Amino acid sequence: MIRPTIFAVLLFGLGIPAMAVLPNEQLSDPRQEARARAISRGLRCVVCQNQSIDDSDAWLARDLRVIVRERIHAGATDAQARDFVVRRYGNYVLLTPPVEAGTLALWLGPLGFVTAGAIAAVLTLRRRRSVAPPPLTAAEAARVETLLDKP
Amino acid sequence: MSAEIGHFALLLAFAIAIAQFVVPLVGASRGDPALMAFGRAAAGLHGGLIALSFVCLMAAFAMPDFSVALVAEHSHSTQPLIYRLGATWGNHEGSMLLWVLILAVFGALIAVTESGMRETLRARVLGIQGGIGALFLAFIIFTSNPFHRLFPAPIEGSELNPLLQDPGLILHPPLLYVGYVGFSVAFAFAAAALIEGRADAHWARAVRPWVLLAWTALTAGIAAGSHWAYYTLGWGGWWFWDPVENASLMPWLVGTALLHSVSVLERRGALISWTLLLAILAFTLSLIGTFLVRSGVLTSVHAFAVDPSRGIFILGMVVGQTGVAFALFAWRAPSMRSGALFGAVSRESGLVANNILLASAAATVFLGTFYPVLLDVTGGDKISVGPPYYALTFAPIMAALLLVLSAGPMLQWRRDNWAHLWGRLRRPALIGGAVALVTVVIAGPAKLLVVAGFALAAWVLAGAAAILVHRWRLGSNEGSLVRRLRATPPSIYGLVLAHIGVGVFAAGVTAASAFSSDRVATMRPGEQVVIGGVTARLDTVAPMQGPNFTAVRAEFTLINGIRARVVASERRVYPVSGTRTTVAGIAEGVFGNTYVAIGDPGDGAPNGALVVRLYDHPLVGWIWAGPLLMALGGLMSLTDRRNRIGAPARVARPGAPALVPVPA
Amino acid sequence: MKRLIFIAPLVILAAIIVAFAAGLQRDPAILPSQLLDQPLPAFALASVEPGQAGFGSATLRGRPVLLNVWASWCAACKVEHPELLAMNAAGVPIFGLVWKDQAEAAVAVLTTSGNPYRATADDADGRTGINLGVTGAPETFVVDAHGRVRYKQVGPITRDVWLNTLSPLLTKLRAEA
Repeated sequence: MIRPTIFAVLLFGLGIPAMAVLPNEQLSDPRQEARARAISRGLRCVVCQNQSIDDSDAWLARDLRVIVRERIHAGATDAQARDFVVRRYGNYVLLTPPVEAGTLALWLGPLGFVTAGAIAAVLTLRRRRSVAPPPLTAAEAARVETLLDKP
Repeated sequence: MSAEIGHFALLLAFAIAIAQFVVPLVGASRGDPALMAFGRAAAGLHGGLIALSFVCLMAAFAMPDFSVALVAEHSHSTQPLIYRLGATWGNHEGSMLLWVLILAVFGALIAVTESGMRETLRARVLGIQGGIGALFLAFIIFTSNPFHRLFPAPIEGSELNPLLQDPGLILHPPLLYVGYVGFSVAFAFAAAALIEGRADAHWARAVRPWVLLAWTALTAGIAAGSHWAYYTLGWGGWWFWDPVENASLMPWLVGTALLHSVSVLERRGALISWTLLLAILAFTLSLIGTFLVRSGVLTSVHAFAVDPSRGIFILGMVVGQTGVAFALFAWRAPSMRSGALFGAVSRESGLVANNILLASAAATVFLGTFYPVLLDVTGGDKISVGPPYYALTFAPIMAALLLVLSAGPMLQWRRDNWAHLWGRLRRPALIGGAVALVTVVIAGPAKLLVVAGFALAAWVLAGAAAILVHRWRLGSNEGSLVRRLRATPPSIYGLVLAHIGVGVFAAGVTAASAFSSDRVATMRPGEQVVIGGVTARLDTVAPMQGPNFTAVRAEFTLINGIRARVVASERRVYPVSGTRTTVAGIAEGVFGNTYVAIGDPGDGAPNGALVVRLYDHPLVGWIWAGPLLMALGGLMSLTDRRNRIGAPARVARPGAPALVPVPA
Repeated sequence: MKRLIFIAPLVILAAIIVAFAAGLQRDPAILPSQLLDQPLPAFALASVEPGQAGFGSATLRGRPVLLNVWASWCAACKVEHPELLAMNAAGVPIFGLVWKDQAEAAVAVLTTSGNPYRATADDADGRTGINLGVTGAPETFVVDAHGRVRYKQVGPITRDVWLNTLSPLLTKLRAEA
């Protein structure tokens, strides 16, 4: 499972990190607080429209933020804290879809599109080349060069 | 009275649209000039009637006339005039009327302007436009009539959603719709070409301005929406991969590919099938976007009132229009392949690579947006797809695109080679490499993505500059520099401007995503907090009264070295609907914004104190400056008269070979 | 072969349309319960009513019951309240989880509008609700004789919901036991 901490610097990906954390929710240990925030950014607020529990002011977001911090404070790993929430609300709560049999197409799709497109393009080009006109003579080639190099 | 006039105009326009659909298409296949001319007249009348209808609706909103149900639901007597007017399209029915208005006006423009277009082509385009218009008008008249009256008329209305009472409402939807509807014109052109069995340079030159216009408007519209979200939602986010945002991004990606394909088609007669397919696809995605927002198949903060019965109707419209178009494509396109050859290393191949990457990017966004629905209806797990998915899939494709972007304009048509290309790209590559090195030094080698982001941005910017250097032939003395500057066609300046915009955007996204910081603190007047090198001091907290809201307003002084700026953040309550909104105090600068947002007084803070969230967003303004430059580039290209159909042929210079040069 | 590529867009479009049409039949906002066919998470809470016994997961065994999550501030709960009273009068065991609410306010509602519950449990901080995967009120869990959750109703119980869904299910569960 890929660590959410990487996501904070991704190009075109996440919007600017945001937060709805209140001062009185924050953990005193800054490293634990940073872990809690990273985990929160990866959990969806399921009663909101497209916000993480880190971003949202909704009741569920607040409750889950507190719960995640409690778990971390009690010594849970990142995966365990996340799992606590997933066991109650399902995979839907993960902003990064899980990699499982049902989501294979989702994860392999993008690379598949590019690869398929590249193969199709190469095949089409190859087929065209085989019906190319006869090669130019030296004089014709030189003339083509001059014409093409004109601005 | 105005609602009845508007309604009647709508019904009349519906009848005329049907005629506009049937008659010119028959006329074009028969070659009958009278029938084709009828198409032009019908389109003009159609445009005028819808304009009248829209003005009537706007008038009802302006008054405000609460006997019109729509006005009663979205307007209020205390609502400022500009938002009473904007509310016309701040709802489902009104925005659909805006859609058909733009569709009708574009049709009228095609009908009326003397553009040198073949009459058969024009007639077919108008016919298809009429068909699209008729379908949308049917949707409006039978399921979403904006002119329904309320009996008895209420004395007061429920106001427009306060989040929409913003200048963004005036800019964002109209620009987006010009984009979506502009692609319907491209769609009509593509269908016309398929019916005619011909997509030549004349066709490409006729359709290009519409594609440019649509693309420019969509670029500006998406940027306007992003900026609006940034300052209005109270936490400084600018893109959320929300299904409706994705619905605007997909047509944009395909539209960009279409824009580039049309150039190839125009100059080289190649990529015919690609171009036609992209034109159909762009509009299909616009339609699917419409479906998304109005049917309830996905939840979104953008969604209009959810109504599955409307969803079925729209789905039917999508099937009708795009199904027919794709069927036409499957039937006719195979016989329209051109023989235009090009080498493996050529501008044509570069643009093919561009198309593949953009299409894959659009497919990725589509996959991410609709996969949860797909999985759910096939009995799988209920999952959701959030920003991290797109960061892992969309971002790399875009990075590859940026790589190709600078190479494209440097490649020669038809046949080029790597050595020649490298010669032209050496300097931009060095600049990119240098920036990468500097970033590694500043940010550390672990931040690979930041390094890649800045390096690619620099590569793109340097590549764009290199185009001009080459075009202006700097370092030679062939005539005056000024003459060379003026000899460079506007479309080249447009291209360069647009590509510079991409580089600026890439730099902004990298910086804002990687280096933003935030703090939350409880503050009392007089206290200060440091954020991103700026000291923010809370000066005053006071209640205030707006035209239709009450608020708590906090003023901050932001001190950066010797410069001090004052910003204010408000927490507003709109009494009519009870909605609370946050207005952030933003100090905008070329190198970044400082963003301050207050919470509700007393919420999470001891008495007399406020919870304040402060953000530092470096280079965030570049995220919107980039698309603005891209849109300006598009406008600049639109002004290039070389690309008008009726442009005069070039006169051969004496002594030059007697050939008509292909425009480079 | 070449033809195939040109027909592909049409085929893909058809597949997508079918998926969308199917998608329109569902409500995307409803989250399926993670507890289906799982035992109720353990809990034991005091009653909101002074002097009365509360209940816990141990109480909800031995016969099929309904666990109704509600609050005094919840408007939709008021809509389903008469239906709950009718069901209770017909002998259906309903247990009320008072969720994120103040005990006095809940007791006030029960006093004025009637009490359909065999017992109530005070979940003022909502933690039990989180353990149950509650996303709002009202929600109702159908628990079988072995303490396993068999169905979750999201939203108020209307006459339709009772007649078409809950009543048949309870009958089936009683036959199982």
